[in-house]
Amino acid sequence: MTASSETRAPAAPAAPPVPADPAERGGVRHGVGTDAPRPDGVLKVTGEFAYSSDLWADDMLWGATLRSPHPHARIRGIDLTEAVRLPGVYAVLTHEDVPGAKYYGLERADQPVLADGKVRYQGEPVAIVAADHPETARRAMMRIAVDYEVLEPVSDARRAAFDPACPPVHGPAAPPEPGGAARPANVVRYQPVRTGAFAAGAGLDEVRAQADVIVTGEYQVGMQDQAFLGPESGLAVPAADGGVDLYVATQWLHVDQSQLAPCLGLPPEKVRLNLAGVGGAFGAREDLSMQAHACLLALRTGRPVKMVYHREESFFGHVHRHPATMRYEHGARADGTLVFATMEIVLDGGAYASTTSAVVGVASSMAVGPYEVPNVRVDAYGVYTNNPPCGAMRGFGAVQACFGYESQMDRLAEALGMHPVELRIRNAMSEGSRTATGQPVDMPLPMADMLARARALPPPAEPETGPGTDPRRLPGGVAGTTRGEGVVRGVGYGVGIKNICYSESFDDYSTARVRLELVGGEPAVQVHTAAAEVGQGLVTVQQQVARTELGVERVVVRPADTAVGSSGSSSASRQSYMTGGAVKAACEAVREAVFRLARERGLPPGADDALELRGGAVVTRLGAVVAELAELLADTAVEETRVFRHRPTRPMDPLTGQGDAHVQFAMCVHRAVVDVDTELGLVRVVELAAVQDVGRALNPLQLAGQIHGGSAQGLGLALMEEVQVRDAAVRNPSFTDYLIPTILDMPPMRVEILEHPDPHAPYGLRGAGEPPTLSSTPAIIAAIRAATGRPLAHAPVRPEDIVGLPVP
Amino acid sequence: MEFLRPADWDEALAMRAELPGARPLMGGTDVMVELNASGSEFGRPAELPEALIDLSGLPEPRGHGPDGGWLRLGAGVPYTRIVAELAARAPALAAAARTIGSPQIRNRGTVGGNLGAASPAGDAHPPLLATDAQVELASRGEVRRVPARDFYLAPRRTELRPDELIAAVLLPPAAGPQRFAKVGTRNAMVIAVCSFAIELRPALGEVGTGIGSAGPVPLRAHEAEDFLRAELADRWEARRPLPEAVERRFGELAARAARPIDDVRGSAAYRRHAVGVLARRTLRWAWEDYRKGADPCG
Repeated sequence: MTASSETRAPAAPAAPPVPADPAERGGVRHGVGTDAPRPDGVLKVTGEFAYSSDLWADDMLWGATLRSPHPHARIRGIDLTEAVRLPGVYAVLTHEDVPGAKYYGLERADQPVLADGKVRYQGEPVAIVAADHPETARRAMMRIAVDYEVLEPVSDARRAAFDPACPPVHGPAAPPEPGGAARPANVVRYQPVRTGAFAAGAGLDEVRAQADVIVTGEYQVGMQDQAFLGPESGLAVPAADGGVDLYVATQWLHVDQSQLAPCLGLPPEKVRLNLAGVGGAFGAREDLSMQAHACLLALRTGRPVKMVYHREESFFGHVHRHPATMRYEHGARADGTLVFATMEIVLDGGAYASTTSAVVGVASSMAVGPYEVPNVRVDAYGVYTNNPPCGAMRGFGAVQACFGYESQMDRLAEALGMHPVELRIRNAMSEGSRTATGQPVDMPLPMADMLARARALPPPAEPETGPGTDPRRLPGGVAGTTRGEGVVRGVGYGVGIKNICYSESFDDYSTARVRLELVGGEPAVQVHTAAAEVGQGLVTVQQQVARTELGVERVVVRPADTAVGSSGSSSASRQSYMTGGAVKAACEAVREAVFRLARERGLPPGADDALELRGGAVVTRLGAVVAELAELLADTAVEETRVFRHRPTRPMDPLTGQGDAHVQFAMCVHRAVVDVDTELGLVRVVELAAVQDVGRALNPLQLAGQIHGGSAQGLGLALMEEVQVRDAAVRNPSFTDYLIPTILDMPPMRVEILEHPDPHAPYGLRGAGEPPTLSSTPAIIAAIRAATGRPLAHAPVRPEDIVGLPVP
Repeated sequence: MEFLRPADWDEALAMRAELPGARPLMGGTDVMVELNASGSEFGRPAELPEALIDLSGLPEPRGHGPDGGWLRLGAGVPYTRIVAELAARAPALAAAARTIGSPQIRNRGTVGGNLGAASPAGDAHPPLLATDAQVELASRGEVRRVPARDFYLAPRRTELRPDELIAAVLLPPAAGPQRFAKVGTRNAMVIAVCSFAIELRPALGEVGTGIGSAGPVPLRAHEAEDFLRAELADRWEARRPLPEAVERRFGELAARAARPIDDVRGSAAYRRHAVGVLARRTLRWAWEDYRKGADPCG
């Protein structure tokens, strides 16, 4: 890994000066910019870390969920008699037992806590049980008699989007929004974008006439699962005040709380959430899963209730990535300059809205990718069907769009006879460009440089073939399907753009409380936020920020809970920016308070001298010690709470999509090299090199981990990951048949980090978790196309696609 | 459901005779997964056996050694040991064992379990078919040996009677080069989309084949075997490279022998195609092994 020096942009005025050796700042170790070790690292590697599924209370009961086997059915009746009679069963609840609001949801309260007389997807919770043992709960569930009237499911997203005769999944269409047009009942959100001639009302043929070359394509992205390893789980403990304390693995404690409290019929302060150990998230923990059910059972029985989904259940217990069908058309002049782009994107949201609206916002605003295109026409739809509900997953609508536009760029390069990197550089956005939604890019965006660097990387070694070759180095791996027969190498590139933080006028903020005091005579810092450590390393980053800002090495991050204000979601690559920003702001306030304390005591003698906190002391800028913290604080604790907001964003215009909807843009470039067994349709990714600009690397080691992980998740989408749904039923809800990459599928990565600071962001940082997930998929598929000459319009690519057989 | 731990093999056979509904358990890599994935969250009744007979503590099924000119492989020898100890003696079976699951699964899983589960996708089946192995079935008072080619009756149904345990497999004397290859959509830890095994028996002028995961049961490619036997009849001695047309035709006939279906792991058409490719390639490799007279496991 290297940091760019020659291409570093001039330091922006808003970013604080960062010394070359971060250890010097405040004379503190493991501050910002270092590979500070994770406090949870050793525990996780040695298997000692307590995940939410490890929670235990001595008198607890086990909760279990009875789910609908049908994607669409009316419930004529539920008979609980036999289940309730079973010894060891403490409660069996249905929607009638929900004391408060019967529905919840992140964007729309359209999802019943328990099925409300109808089930709208396979696996929808119908009844819940609390029992003295998981096996008792299981037996009780088999004694619940549910009388279903099975209905035809709505399973075709395009039909849901465009056919006015398609039956509504939820009810009749809402009246059109002001200025909007009436649309089919199943459309959750329609978002157009219009620029240039399209905004002026020109027809497609008129615009086409300006182009020398036109390419069209239809692409599909399959339903990807987040495949976190820690299943949905938690422990709800009833409290003496009539409330409940919930320990749970989630991404956003406060949004869980705000959805739970109304359903439980309790004021928010009586629904207290504590973050339990999170075994991965990737968006799948944004929506509620077992939270309300465990709380209902605990409140009903007066006993702690633990719920843990098993693996198959987990596939039905959380939202997935929206499958997409996309129609793209691009026109360019003979020199490669883009003239126009049109795209129609249909995202299948499944049975409940979840975050579909926001996903449509991202997909539509990022639909063109990081390219300057004068005439754009985007039509993006998110729809209800009876398919599994879809919502947040790393990349959030931008992943789907990226597969479309990058496939098109390759197709266009081929039609023009240009190198795919050259075409991309010719049309690359940069600082000062405007997005298709009219937003100026007011931060560095060194896309052309990133592409050039990716192209210039030395090529990997040629494939080894012949007898005696280690099969793990060839497509097919240990199964030994080739010794080189049919193997062809291909190279492909991908680049993607992702908005960072919440967009479209959302009030996005984070809260941090920082306390500085003496512990055992030594200065120590406590950081308290509600931000969810989901494995990404946020606890470490909070420590690093506090060390750097306060010059104190001993920093403890308290367990996240709702006793402090919201930190927003661990989503949208936003927590280093937002909670990092909040901790920084709170530390600055603590620092000022310490300086005030010093001045109140008449220190230093020259009162207007600028002060710093360094090495556990208040010092002058020149380094003279004014006061040791150990003396200054004595038994005083300095505590400050601050709320940090990013700059405001604006909604997208409902007709033109125009508006400064986003906070920050982040990019990654991948070069993929693959060996393809063209006869068997099997692939080995030989190299997956990444170039990413991160503004400022707060923790280079953790950053590399994010880029590796994001790239691997994109590799999974390129080659194997798809929840297969037929007639609205899931066919592969297990890790036997939902395949995720192993270490033999994922090559060691070459990662090049660039640091062009964003003047608007804390430390100049740029959110980094999502961009690699966008670009690795199209890069790998482009490489397979290069090796095979096949069009490959579906992600993931299946062996059938490579050998040219139909996929049933 | 009772969990029974017999003290020795005879007691295991007695339990099996008394409890025909009991399920024998060895490594548990199939049985336990099946029991745990009961589907109760959908209200489906669990299909639990009346008892489990845990054979994993018994020494008898865990050994291997010569039995006349044959190799007797205890039904409870885990795949890890087959890979480590039998690669030279049973190269196709060892190659298949190497492709199964993860190291942890290979430490527990056994050929006996593969035969007991009788999934058409089981990786041990094609090598057993290709090498004309036999399955030793024991009940109280009787031991019988069933050729692998007669063992598989239907998906998850075999010659095994309710009072019998799978004791061992018997592999004939090594007759010549063997090859195994399997298609999966990831490069390790994957269930077969399809697989193929071949054995050449120069001294007998014979060939054996096995097709996995491309039919209701593991299959032999009879027509392909007949074709190849005839083609090789006057080629054994000269040991010259095979004409590509022979390899190709062998692949076509093997593909024709497959009886695959469409499922989540792949389409029937792809499986048929891939069986043909695997047959063609494994024949080439096996013939190269024969020509060099080399260690066939290379």
